[in-house]
Amino acid sequence: MIMSPATRRYNKRVILLSLVYAAFLIGAVYAFKHHLVGGPVAWIVAILPALPIIGIFAAIGLYLVEEQDEYVRMLMVRQTLWASGFALSIATMWGFLESFELVSHVEVYWVSVLWFGGLGLGNFANRLTMGGGR
Amino acid sequence: MNNRLKVLRAERNWSQGDLADKLEVSRQSVNAIETGRYDPSLPLAFKIAELFELAIEDIFVSPSKEA
Repeated sequence: MIMSPATRRYNKRVILLSLVYAAFLIGAVYAFKHHLVGGPVAWIVAILPALPIIGIFAAIGLYLVEEQDEYVRMLMVRQTLWASGFALSIATMWGFLESFELVSHVEVYWVSVLWFGGLGLGNFANRLTMGGGR
Repeated sequence: MNNRLKVLRAERNWSQGDLADKLEVSRQSVNAIETGRYDPSLPLAFKIAELFELAIEDIFVSPSKEA
């Protein structure tokens, strides 16, 4: 399938941001493991790996603005709605299970991981109901 | 929404890809519109109508007039 210019730009952005994420995460883990940071710097270093992930959310938003094919754009919107519903539902259920001490604590950044997994679920739903995913 | 897109395209010996190129959309968009799985926006519907030199209602069947 031929990729639209918006899809090509989106793919480039996501690849670049993924590389930045890997670099920031490795750097932050190394810095904390070797006690190289403290005070306000520790806060900045701890947040660094989150920034490229936020960038990926922004890249998805930019893609929706730039994509000229309205049908393909609608498929992506449906995917993001599935992703949001999926991630928020699991997070809500887990939150209650955690409050009643039935499950152990899980770091909140896993909601983002669930959201990205939900994009795959949305793609599957598109294929089932619209006869074509992205 | 039911439409005559497939017939109009066939009359001109255009493939879905040919029509997609002329409309500047993806082939999957043409397929989704032709099979009635997706209703195009008004601007895209006008673009389709202008390409075939027909009125929108000569291509797309109004849901209220469907049997």
